[in-house]
Amino acid sequence: MAESKEFDPRPWYLLAPSMLAIIALVVIPMSFILVYSFYENIDLAIDRVAFQFGNWQELLTDSYYHTAIWKTLRLSIIVTVLAAVLGYIPAYFIAMTKYRHKWLLLLLLILPFWVSFIIRTLSWIHIMGNQGAINGILMWLGLTDTPVSMMFNEFAVIVGFIHVFLPYMILNIYVSLEGIDENLEPAARTLGATPWQAFREVTLPLSLPGLAAGSLLVFVLTGGSYVTPLILGGPGDFLFGNLIYDAVVVELNWPMGATLSFTLLVLLGLVVALYSRLMGMNQLSKAFG
Amino acid sequence: MARVDLKNIKKSYGAVQAVKQADVTFEEGSFTTLLGPSGCGKTTLLRMISGLETPTSGDILVGGKRVNDVPIHKRNLGLVFQNYALFPHRTIGENIAFGLKYRGVSKSDTATKVTEALDIVRLPGVEDRYPTQLSGGQQQRIALARAIVIEPDVLLLDEPLSALDANLREDMRVELKAIQHRIGVTSIFVTHDQSEALAMSDKIIVMSAGRVEQVGAPEEVYNNPASEFVASFLGASNILEAKVISKDAKNIVLDAPHFGKIPVPLAQAQRMGDAPSGKLVIRAEKLRLADKPGDTNTVSANGVVEAVDYQGQIARYFVRVGDIQLQALNMIESRPFAIGAEVSVVLKTADCALLPAGA
Repeated sequence: MAESKEFDPRPWYLLAPSMLAIIALVVIPMSFILVYSFYENIDLAIDRVAFQFGNWQELLTDSYYHTAIWKTLRLSIIVTVLAAVLGYIPAYFIAMTKYRHKWLLLLLLILPFWVSFIIRTLSWIHIMGNQGAINGILMWLGLTDTPVSMMFNEFAVIVGFIHVFLPYMILNIYVSLEGIDENLEPAARTLGATPWQAFREVTLPLSLPGLAAGSLLVFVLTGGSYVTPLILGGPGDFLFGNLIYDAVVVELNWPMGATLSFTLLVLLGLVVALYSRLMGMNQLSKAFG
Repeated sequence: MARVDLKNIKKSYGAVQAVKQADVTFEEGSFTTLLGPSGCGKTTLLRMISGLETPTSGDILVGGKRVNDVPIHKRNLGLVFQNYALFPHRTIGENIAFGLKYRGVSKSDTATKVTEALDIVRLPGVEDRYPTQLSGGQQQRIALARAIVIEPDVLLLDEPLSALDANLREDMRVELKAIQHRIGVTSIFVTHDQSEALAMSDKIIVMSAGRVEQVGAPEEVYNNPASEFVASFLGASNILEAKVISKDAKNIVLDAPHFGKIPVPLAQAQRMGDAPSGKLVIRAEKLRLADKPGDTNTVSANGVVEAVDYQGQIARYFVRVGDIQLQALNMIESRPFAIGAEVSVVLKTADCALLPAGA
């Protein structure tokens, strides 16, 4: 058994290409961004190379940024929870159906990815806008004389996020459900559990890993977004990502943009790290059992 | 404990008739096996009793009460699956206690019952482990413990031994039968393995293509098969087609190719009726190979050994007799017959069963 203690380089050969790619495409660019956050912005698009903490000081002291972090956290939680609830039902259906062409249902789930995410987001204007489908039907039915305002508010942003991120949630839960032994629910039933009890005691806890993975994905994707609030939100519906967009594209203040970008990376990275640590240590599935 | 009656049960999936017709009784406290090849409807029958499937027509009675419309969780049946179906996120103790909490059993009683159940399946002290920490055979014992701890009216076993390896399977079948005998629960066992069925059952129900072929005690089904299917499914049988030449008070006399006249006692020919020809079923172990023809009570034909399947104490011979090949399973007395040996194939007519040509 002495041989096994010797250094075996073979796994590293296999890992090397992807590790090099990560270093070249993630670690090095992010280091540049970190360096850039210490530069000083003098005027529009004019930066001075420096090592000063002005940008970081602004971030820590200006409550505008803290509000954005809070808003982002809050909205990400809302979207994640709603997506989890709304995603579980179709995932359960697809996993349990005896329909022979199950692949068709999965294809339907992936189909929206063939249309640009911006176009899918914009489509809500035609559905929920003042001249949109819903208001058209309401007014035609005579339920209302003036259009009901549904667009350009937080509600529209949430709808847009769920629309775009739901398939990620459904697929993750589906994979988890699909891996559960199909005899477990019948076993619980014969032992005296009602259909609901069998679901709650057996299927739900065993599908938690998928639910957790889908939730993390949706949370991180929402937390890092800026396009959806830009298209569907009102002036007050900005996320942290929008501040980065404003700093870089509108104010042409790249050092501040770099500071904000790095902050978002650290915050979301922290969520992922905490989450996986929690998952790994307690095995969420057992904790809920 | 309760008896189970299936009355005129039929089950179709669309155009496919999984169970064409079943009228059977499972006696209180008995161990009954549903035996047949895959797709014969035996598992469907079991799942209908458990409530996991609904019959297309017919009645299911447990303890004399019709249960067709009783939901699964109120039937009080213990079901053991082929793949154990233990809850992987629960400990062994929690798995076994699962059914008890729906029966309002107190915490202290639950602990006692779990310990007792583990003693019955001879795996004491594993309460705190998880199913994946146990071997396949141990997991199946836990599945059994989980099913019997709720004191079910009927214990349903769906090929519970098929996933185990050969040696373990034989140990488990002895043990399973012993446990069933001890607790006396009405048990319905589904298998495609004839030796399991013969070894364990009080009664065997042989099924084929959605129908019940024969119902009877193991010896009866084995020695007096009701059809060629039953004869060939249980053990190795030789089938000789023969014409009836005459019939008297004691025997039906047949004319079989190569063997000539064979007088079959009426006791072995109860299913014959007045059929003009029949099939003589001879178990492989009842066909004896000899160097010279036997005495006057036997019938024999000359053959040549074509293949030998040597198994130590016994050997399975494949013998060519004219245009037919026969199988003989014989104890080896001094040394086995060699391939190419010319032998006399001897059968005792009292060991044969005669079926009418169509069966």
